[in-house]
Amino acid sequence: MIDKELINQLEQLAKKIRVDIIRTGYLAGKNGAHFGGSLSPVEILAVLYSCFVSFDKNDMEHRDRVILSKGHAALAHYCTLYECGIMTKADLDSFEQNGSDIVAHAKRNLSRGLDFSGGSLSLGTSYSVGVAHACKRKGLDNHIYTLIGDGEMNEGLIWEALMFAGHNRLDNLTIIIDHNHLQADGTIEEVMNTAPLEDKLKAFGFDVIQVDGHSVSELYEAFSQQPNGRPMAIIAETVKGKGVSFIENKAKWHHSSLNEARYQKALKDLGEEVENG
Amino acid sequence: MNVQQYAGSGQAAAIFGMYLPDHIEEYPNVQVLSADMSVAASLDRFIYQSPEKFTELGIAEQNLVGISAGMASEGYTCVAVAQAAFITMRAYEMDRQYLGYMQNKVILVGLNSGFYLQYFGNTHYCIEDLAIMRQIPGMTVLSPADAAEAVMAFEAALNCPGPVYIRLTGGSQAPTVYHETCPFTIGKNNILRESQDVCLFTTGACTGYSVQAVEILSQQGIETRLVDVHTLKPFDTESVREAKNCKLIVTAEEHNIVGGLGTTIADILAEDGGYPPLLKLGVKDRFSKPGDYDYVMHQHRLSPNLIAEDIKNKLQSL
Repeated sequence: MIDKELINQLEQLAKKIRVDIIRTGYLAGKNGAHFGGSLSPVEILAVLYSCFVSFDKNDMEHRDRVILSKGHAALAHYCTLYECGIMTKADLDSFEQNGSDIVAHAKRNLSRGLDFSGGSLSLGTSYSVGVAHACKRKGLDNHIYTLIGDGEMNEGLIWEALMFAGHNRLDNLTIIIDHNHLQADGTIEEVMNTAPLEDKLKAFGFDVIQVDGHSVSELYEAFSQQPNGRPMAIIAETVKGKGVSFIENKAKWHHSSLNEARYQKALKDLGEEVENG
Repeated sequence: MNVQQYAGSGQAAAIFGMYLPDHIEEYPNVQVLSADMSVAASLDRFIYQSPEKFTELGIAEQNLVGISAGMASEGYTCVAVAQAAFITMRAYEMDRQYLGYMQNKVILVGLNSGFYLQYFGNTHYCIEDLAIMRQIPGMTVLSPADAAEAVMAFEAALNCPGPVYIRLTGGSQAPTVYHETCPFTIGKNNILRESQDVCLFTTGACTGYSVQAVEILSQQGIETRLVDVHTLKPFDTESVREAKNCKLIVTAEEHNIVGGLGTTIADILAEDGGYPPLLKLGVKDRFSKPGDYDYVMHQHRLSPNLIAEDIKNKLQSL
């Protein structure tokens, strides 16, 4: 069981990551950032990196692999990696600067903790299943975590990859579906309904757990489950844009830019001291 | 390498049925993945011998490339096997991102390219792969002439850095071009015949037909320099410059003339300037009427007598 102190630590970490997302996205100016989809998986990443992911720069072979198939949440990944000491402040400050690799979609860079060049939806899922298959062949006892967007599940390659994972009983793989119910053209239910997601994933050979994706304790319990000869899917119910009132559940905030007033409002929503200026 | 043993085999059978099982101990990191094509590719012996080095994907070419790339990122050299039309066209974006952009070491082997699938028709013909695969930065593109050269290309692909596409054409009936061992260097074309009248560049199984075509021309007093372009990328530009003093440069390919070997050479001629005219033989940007291999090649004027006839007519028109 998770104790109250850890819950508090994880919630504080999630808050820091959200503030980093808002600050870094704001500094990108009119280039904008994927605020909506980056704010929804924050607790998922905070719990994962704080309590479950093993990452030692001196033993990269045995590290756990975290792959963002929803590559547009890279900003959330960068901010999490920064808070966990894997990426530097200089890395974060280079977000969307000319010539930087730290852009809207991550470029593979193992020393920065980035296992995959994300961006093209669904490709990370297939790739991560290949990584899981290879790690099993190599006899490693590590784990592979793949973050998938619910809109992304429209893509056919996702299902080819999940079929392979189920068929090959890749129990070193956990996929987390950031189920925020919103994609660029509207709600998942309107655009292309993926329901019943739990039944579909079970039919593809996964053990499935449904959690509140903003509850650090529920996420902690889900990630603590031991593999049972099958890959694991965690359906995390989330709110796109979580934590910032004018971004929450707004499709247009999938990718947009913050002006000064909105930046201040976003920080206030997150309980952060408003900056002068 | 003793190449005689491969004569009379199809290209895939020589690579996967003979060379790979014979030599797998030299390549401890190699993994082979197939999109329901292991039987067609003659992989049975290899799978029996090394089941821990094989992965079956089912009919899922996009996932084939994704899984291969994921495995390659873990240090394996992956050989992904599927029909040429599907591993290049259906999985094109995966080829571009996972292999070109991310530089994962995967060798894509496209089976039955060109017209080899005969009565299967246009869905299974593949006359676009050279054009699109050479568009991917960092991708090596190989197109061997016969079974022996296919094995040499495969061996070179295993030993070179970066991703590779190998286009397999022709079948066991295709003419043998290499009867004895010769050097194979990626990016260095093989000159099969020397002359200064006409220079014919060709690639894949069309090379065997071109050998026969230059024999016909020779009987008619026209001597041809014949170049086997086994590497479309990186391209051997120097071998084109060596043709500057010919009366005519010709390309013959079992491929659309848009974007393939002819286009590659046209680009070099246009940039350098001062060359003789270029005659591009191949598929004139259209779909085919299905039939047996010779029927379809004849339809696109790629049979030996028609290659010879078109070259002769062009020469006389100059």
